Amino acid sequence: MAEYRHLDYMLLDEKFSEEELMVRDAVRTWTSERFIPLIMDHFEAGTFPTELTPELAELGVFGPTIPEEYGGAGLNSVSYGLICQELERGDSGLRSFVSVQGSLVMYPIYAFGSEEQKREWLPQLASGKAIGCFGLTEPDAGSNPGGMLTNAKRDGGDWILNGRKMWITNGTISDVAIVWAQTEDGIRGFCIPTNLPGFSAPEQKHKWSLRASITSELVLEDVRVPDSMRMPETTSLRNPLMCLTQARYGIAWGAIGAANSVFDEVLGYTKERIVFDKPLAGYQIPQAKLAEMATQITMGQMLALQLGRLKDEGKMTPAMVNMAKRNNVHVALNIARTGRDMLGANGISLEYQTGRHMCNLESVYTYEGTHDIHTLAIGNELTGIPAFR
Amino acid sequence: MKIVACVKRVPTTEVQPTIAADGKSVDANGLQYMLSFYDEIAVEQAVQVKEKLGGGEVTVLTVGPKDSSKELRECLAKGADKGVILIDENWTSRDCLSTAKALAAQVTAEGAELVLAGRVATDRDNAAVGPMLATLLGWACVTDVIELSIEAGKGVAKRESDAGVEEYEFALPAVITCQKGLAEPRYAGLKGIMAAKKKPLEEIAIDPAANQASVVSLAEPPARPAGRIIGEGTDAVAALIDALRNEAKVI
Ligand SMILES: Cc1cc2nc3c(=O)[nH]c(=O)nc-3n(C[C@H](O)[C@H](O)[C@H](O)COP(=O)(O)OP(=O)(O)OC[C@H]3O[C@@H](n4cnc5c(N)ncnc54)[C@H](O)[C@@H]3O)c2cc1C
Repeated sequence: MAEYRHLDYMLLDEKFSEEELMVRDAVRTWTSERFIPLIMDHFEAGTFPTELTPELAELGVFGPTIPEEYGGAGLNSVSYGLICQELERGDSGLRSFVSVQGSLVMYPIYAFGSEEQKREWLPQLASGKAIGCFGLTEPDAGSNPGGMLTNAKRDGGDWILNGRKMWITNGTISDVAIVWAQTEDGIRGFCIPTNLPGFSAPEQKHKWSLRASITSELVLEDVRVPDSMRMPETTSLRNPLMCLTQARYGIAWGAIGAANSVFDEVLGYTKERIVFDKPLAGYQIPQAKLAEMATQITMGQMLALQLGRLKDEGKMTPAMVNMAKRNNVHVALNIARTGRDMLGANGISLEYQTGRHMCNLESVYTYEGTHDIHTLAIGNELTGIPAFR
Repeated sequence: MKIVACVKRVPTTEVQPTIAADGKSVDANGLQYMLSFYDEIAVEQAVQVKEKLGGGEVTVLTVGPKDSSKELRECLAKGADKGVILIDENWTSRDCLSTAKALAAQVTAEGAELVLAGRVATDRDNAAVGPMLATLLGWACVTDVIELSIEAGKGVAKRESDAGVEEYEFALPAVITCQKGLAEPRYAGLKGIMAAKKKPLEEIAIDPAANQASVVSLAEPPARPAGRIIGEGTDAVAALIDALRNEAKVI
């Protein structure tokens, strides 16, 4: 396979610090050399390459923005964005694995957990010795997580958890689960080991998207947990939404990585593929498509970069993340669909990256807030009138 | 032990280089840089020697522009302790001897006992700076090394030659040039990158010696002649053998 080249039409590389570029290049090289050669078979088999977990930990991509005392690398948010971009250039399943571990498991423990929970779990999660999952969505509560039925009832000093979660990334392979549940006083988050009696996480099979990512149900049947497993700083639905803001931030960058992977492949292919005696790239229709792809990628890069700078300055709002996740995933999906077509029959082969990205991005379009829900969130921000309820 | 790894940044293979308007240099426009392949091995080997000895200091040293800091920081992220750039904005046209002289002065100033360098820089392909450096310093030199062990005051190196594998013993100080297979460069982890920020990176102004050999003109390699299809299927085998034997003269 040809060496990967990312599009940098507007010389945005000049806007990154030396350290940020080093982070990006380190993750890019690892992805090219260690991950891309494995992904086709894992995607086809419907498995995640868990054998790479120690290498990912060694690279330092689990919770890289967490302070060093808890096992993180203390990186800034732009670096974290670049990490997501490079991992998703490999596969959305890889980025999902890392997003969940960092943004949806380490972040809530760091932000809402007790000192004891932080000391117990963060170093293990950073070093990949423990894998985590985040259980919010339920069979009857997706876009409306406040409608969850999973509940926690007091029993002396303990809690008894009951309910069912669906579509939970990493569930089956997790050692620790962040579970959100209704209590008498509102929604609370629990940080529980997955070997507790009454807890099970059967895998959801037969997915045609994000195949190289484990997706599971979480079944909680009278799971008894001590109060020390409740994350003390969780008080409402706001807390899981704060986690999602972190993860969506990474997705806004990640989608650009997937789009760039497609663009690189399609550009190379159309320049080499000869039809009617000249390269496909020499015809106006493919050029129009390439021009559109390059423009959309460039705009997405600028959106992600500005969002990242604002996050590092403490000025990022959830409404900004709504816009970036919505736009960048949308353009990435469109680019992948167009690219799939431009590769002809090769577009449906897993020997190429594009078809796999196209399938994956359908999940990314839906999870972490569907496209339409983000549209309504932006609408709410602009008008002050919520249209989603 | 103080160890110096000599490194050079070279253009990445992403961009097809073109000849500049002056007809004797490569157009730097749009070029990206990376560490030369064999120099990465030199840095890795230096770090491994230090780790094995359980102490010491690895300095990465380059003659180049200020921008070389990116490549040197990468070395620091992979375990080197200190970087030194001998600033030479005309680094691309600097000849081997002038480069070796600048390196030799700094190696002496560092008080190093062991110098590791790539066997060749992948841009100019001279394979000369390492041996010249050893000559200027008056040190032992083993080139194209595939296996190395260092103890106090001495070392053993294996090199592959046409005649087979040669094993050398040498006394320190020494200059070793590194061949593929000597060490497998590690990935820079993100923690290493953060740690690299705090490591010293010195820029030293130098007054390089004049070139003794300079490039007067540069030409692209001749275009490859078009291929020829001799025939199809087993019928073509005889014609193919004939062409390989009598035209190409390879069998
Ligand atoms: C591969 C994968 C991995 C996932 N991983 C996780 C995980 O790790 N943890 C987790 O908690 N969840 C996870 N999810 C779940 C995901 O977040 C939800 O699927 C998502 O929030 C959408 O919920 P839903 O599927 O119930 O769809 P619904 O909410 O039923 O939406 C269906 C459609 O209706 C639209 N819609 C919904 N409400 C409105 C409205 N008010 N107005 C207009 N349109 C509306 C939506 O935009 C969508 O088009 C994952 C999902 C997938 C596919």
